[in-house]
Amino acid sequence: MADASIIPAGITGMFDLLSPVAPGWGANLLRGLVRSLQIAFGAFGMGLIIGTFGSYAKLYGGPIARDLAAIYTTLVRAIPELVMIILLYYAGTDLINRILEGMGYQRVDISGLVAGIVVLGFVQGAYATEVLRGAIKAIPQGEIEAARAYGMSPVLMMRRITLPAMLPHALPGLANLWLISTKDTALLAVVGFSELTLETRQAAGTTKAYMTFYLAAGALYLFITLFSSVILEWVEKRARRGMPSVKEAR
Amino acid sequence: MSNALGESEIEVPIETFPIHKEKDASSLASKLPPHRIVLILIGLALVASAALFMRWDWLPQYGGLILQGLWRTIWILVVTVVLGFLLAVPLGLAQASGPAFLAIPARAFCTVIRGTPLLVQLWLLYYGLGSLFPQYPWIRGSELWPYLRQAWPYAVLALTLSYAGYEGEVMRGAFAGVPKGQLESARAFGMPRFTIFRRIWLPQAIHRALPTLAGEAVLQLKSTPLVATITVVDLYSVASRVRQDTFLTYEPLLLLAVGYLVITGIIVMLFRRVERLIPSKLG
Repeated sequence: MADASIIPAGITGMFDLLSPVAPGWGANLLRGLVRSLQIAFGAFGMGLIIGTFGSYAKLYGGPIARDLAAIYTTLVRAIPELVMIILLYYAGTDLINRILEGMGYQRVDISGLVAGIVVLGFVQGAYATEVLRGAIKAIPQGEIEAARAYGMSPVLMMRRITLPAMLPHALPGLANLWLISTKDTALLAVVGFSELTLETRQAAGTTKAYMTFYLAAGALYLFITLFSSVILEWVEKRARRGMPSVKEAR
Repeated sequence: MSNALGESEIEVPIETFPIHKEKDASSLASKLPPHRIVLILIGLALVASAALFMRWDWLPQYGGLILQGLWRTIWILVVTVVLGFLLAVPLGLAQASGPAFLAIPARAFCTVIRGTPLLVQLWLLYYGLGSLFPQYPWIRGSELWPYLRQAWPYAVLALTLSYAGYEGEVMRGAFAGVPKGQLESARAFGMPRFTIFRRIWLPQAIHRALPTLAGEAVLQLKSTPLVATITVVDLYSVASRVRQDTFLTYEPLLLLAVGYLVITGIIVMLFRRVERLIPSKLG
């Protein structure tokens, strides 16, 4: 955070509000940012796991697994994230508690962090399924056939051949998903989880400096996006090393 | 229909190997194997049990409100998609071939819109701008003031800007993807620049962007419930109100999800029909 003493007098008021020490609200915003990032990481990771299983179900699964995966991706991608979040957040926790009570256990209080990760991860999983499915199909299929001819078990084949070979094809889509994941955490503000957007709203509502705080929150989100796209670009370049560049291939 | 059949009859002998194998008469049997029939039956059973065992007695009471919310959602969707697209064309054009003083701001606009959550943009406009306006007497006195006091102009503005930001990036790619030879031959015909744009560049760019446009329209539909957070009464906010009034957890949300599914289906179908209008050659 910028030191208030070197800022000209006209906008010091704004920076006082954003300062991380007590009268300022900077610490709240940063705490919200950390929570947002936790959820984004968790949801992205969970989405990757669901996506891996989902893409395998879609490509190699039996007819029923294939249809179920298709229903999952279609439904989740057609229903608004906000509705999914409300549906899973309230109805999901209610359902779990009813099942637990029915089985004779006590009600559990599901923490907002876990619920947020599960809900967003479930949504991310549908998109990740499609991205990974396309990436697996983009691998030269001879490589997979060769692995199968060597008698590799499906897990070994996945670890040694499929996942490393599909990574360069999947990375652009996954990079997009990561950016969506960071931005979707804002939706959890609607269900009352105090991540960056809700902290911003509370700070703005208390101080009445709406413009300052929303601009600050926007700047933080933009910083995350720009910073991660720099990193992702580097990762993608590294994963694609030795492959012809996209521009040349065209 | 008969025309298409006649053409395919003529084409069949020329085809060296069948490309359109899937479109044969036996497609119904291949689409409905036993396991899928079972899945459909399970789905129907779920729907039936939802209809029978859940409480739907609130429906008649809120019917009018639901229709109003549905209309508001569709209205916001259509208006923001059309306005956003109109804004996206210059944004894309500026980035694809504009001078630097236009390209850089357009690029910055798209980056900022795509880099921040829509919810923050919406709240920035509604709470931020909305709290600034009353401080200026000339705005309070202007004829626009009755509109600026309502929530929907901010919702439309935020969603339009968001759609323009995402679509501007798509249109940039689409404009850049039109083959140079097309534009050069148009110039060789002596077409004025605007005619080239109107007759050659824009139609081909839209054709390229059309599949993405359909996807973006669905994404836009999925962003509309956010306007409920700034007190615009759309389909989502009607469902929240029903939940608050009746203390029902599942029923309004399920109805809401079905509503959005149906609208998504309609959007996808409309775009597919538009895509079919444009002749295209499959290599």
